[in-house]
Amino acid sequence: MGVTHRIRPPADAGNDAGIEIAGLTKRYLTPKGETFTAIREVALSVEPGQFCSIVGPTGCGKSTTLAQVSGLERPSEGSVRVAGHLVEGITDGVSYMFQADALFPWKSVLNNVMMGPVLLGTPKREATLLARDWIRRVGLAGFEDRYPHQLSGGMRKRVAMAAALINNPRILLMDEPFGALDVQTKAIMQNELLKLWEELRPSVLFITHDLDEAVALSDRVVIMTSSPGTVKDVFDIDLPRPRGNVQEIRHEERFLELQGQIWESLKDEVTRAYAKTAGAAA
Amino acid sequence: MTALVQGETVKPQQQQQSAPAAQAGRKTHRRRTTAIWAGRAILAVAVVGGWQWFTDQGWVDKFFFGQPSEIWNSLVKLFTEGTAFGTIWENLWVTMQEACLGFLLGTFVGVVLGLLLGSNKYLSAVVGPYIKIVNSIPRIVLGSIFIVAFGLGVFPKVLLAAVLVFFVVFFNAFQGVREVDQNLVANVRVLGASPVQVAVHVTIPSAMTWIIASLHTAFGFAIIGALVAEVLGAQQGIGLIISQAQGTFDPNTVFACMVIIAVITLAAEYLISLLEHTLLKWRPPNRSEAQAI
Repeated sequence: MGVTHRIRPPADAGNDAGIEIAGLTKRYLTPKGETFTAIREVALSVEPGQFCSIVGPTGCGKSTTLAQVSGLERPSEGSVRVAGHLVEGITDGVSYMFQADALFPWKSVLNNVMMGPVLLGTPKREATLLARDWIRRVGLAGFEDRYPHQLSGGMRKRVAMAAALINNPRILLMDEPFGALDVQTKAIMQNELLKLWEELRPSVLFITHDLDEAVALSDRVVIMTSSPGTVKDVFDIDLPRPRGNVQEIRHEERFLELQGQIWESLKDEVTRAYAKTAGAAA
Repeated sequence: MTALVQGETVKPQQQQQSAPAAQAGRKTHRRRTTAIWAGRAILAVAVVGGWQWFTDQGWVDKFFFGQPSEIWNSLVKLFTEGTAFGTIWENLWVTMQEACLGFLLGTFVGVVLGLLLGSNKYLSAVVGPYIKIVNSIPRIVLGSIFIVAFGLGVFPKVLLAAVLVFFVVFFNAFQGVREVDQNLVANVRVLGASPVQVAVHVTIPSAMTWIIASLHTAFGFAIIGALVAEVLGAQQGIGLIISQAQGTFDPNTVFACMVIIAVITLAAEYLISLLEHTLLKWRPPNRSEAQAI
C-alpha cells in the first residue's frame, strides 16, 4: 500500500455524494434550427454510495442525463445536485466510462491510467506508483508499457476501469461500459466492477440496455420512457450484498421476480420506441 | 489491497512456432523479397536503357529529350566545373535554404492556424468559405508578385514555398482537430483538465497523425515553390540553372538538376519517415504489411 489518494481516503463514507436530479429538461438545437427535447422533467435520486442503473429504449436520453450530472452540459431547465451542491460547471470527483474505450491510443497503459492523478497535479513519481498499483489491481501487471491497440477488448476495459477509479471518484458515471464486450468477458468485468465498487463505494449511475446486468449489479433500477425521456418507474433491488458471482445470481428466484417486474414496465416503452423508428424508416 | 483478477491471470505471451514452419516462412519471405528487387532492377534498366537506345537510334530526338549518358555527363560537369553562378554546392545550398525555411514557416503557421480554427467552431464557420476560395486560386502565380515586391533575394522564394506548404498542412491540422474523439475530450474534462491540458493531452497528439501525414506532401511543395520562384527570377539557385539551361537548349542539364532535387527530396522523405516513426510509434502496424503464407 503506502499510496495515498489525494481526493478522498478509501472507504471514507462521510464524503460520499448522493445525486439529486429534479425537473431536469434538456433541449438541443438541431443544425436546421429546430428544437429537440432529449429529456423532460427527469427526477431521480441516488443515495450516497448507491449503485443505480438507468434502463430505457434507444435514444431516450440516458446519456444526456449523465452529461448533465457530470457538468459537461448545462440543463435547459431543472437542476442537478451532487452532495447537496448545485452542479455548475464540471462536477468535482466524477469519473466517466464509455462504451467505446476512451483510452489515449498514443499513451501506454501506465500513462493512460496515470492521467487522472496527473491532471490533478499529483507529482509524477507518486502518480506512477498509484497507477502501477491500480494496474495490478485490475490484473494487468506486466502490461504497463503496452499501447491500447496491443490489448484485447477486455483488457482495454480493465485499463479504462483503472483509469476511471484511480482518483477514487465520489461519482462514477458509466455509459454502457460493457456494451461492446462478448458475454463471457462481460460477466468477468461485471464481477470485477462489483468488487472494486464495494471497496471504494462511489455513487454509480450506470446506463445499460441489458436488464440482467442492471438487476444483478444495482441497488436501484430506473426505467425511462421513450423519447423525450422521463422517469417512468423506479425499482429498488433488495438482493443482498455482496452479490457474489453475477452469473449465479441470475438463477435466484428473487432475481427472476424483479427482472420480470422491470421487464413489464420496460416492454411498452421499447415497443413504442421501436414503432417510432420503424415508422420513420417506412 | 488485493489483486482483483479472478480465475484468469493474463500474462504477456510469446508467440511460439514449430521450427520447420518458421523456416519455411523465412524461405518464402526471402524468395518474395528477391523477386521484388529483381523486378525493380529490370524496370529501371528497361526505362533508362530504352531511353538511351531510342535516342541513340535517332527514333527520339536527343536535342529535345536528352539522353541518359549525356545527363550523366552534365551531372559530372555540374559537380566538377560548377556553373556560371558559382559551384553547384553553392546553388544547391541556396535552394535548400529557401525550401527548408519555407517548409518550416508554412508548417508552423499551418499547424497553429489549423489547430486554432479546428478547435473554435465559430471561427471556423466564419473563415471556412474564404479558406476554400483562397485554396482554389492558383497560388503558384503569387511567385510573380512576391518577386516584384521583394526582389530577387531569398525571401520571396521562402514566401512562395511557405504559401504552398501552408495550405497542405493547414487543412490536415484542421481536419485532424475535428476528428478528435469527443469521448476522450469529455473524459479528460471530467477529470478536471483545463483547455490547455485538453489541447496538450488530446487535441494535439490526435491531430499529429494527420499533420505528419501531410508533411510528406508538404516538403515536395516546398521544393516546388523554391524552384518555381527561382525560375521566375533569381541570382542563384537550382531554379536559375534550370531556366538558364532552358535558354541554351540544354535538356540534359535540366534533367541533371531534376536528378539532384529528386535525391534531396528522397533524403528529406526518409527523414520525415523517421520522425513519423518516432512520433507515431503507438499506432497499430498496418494490417496489409502482414502477408498470408
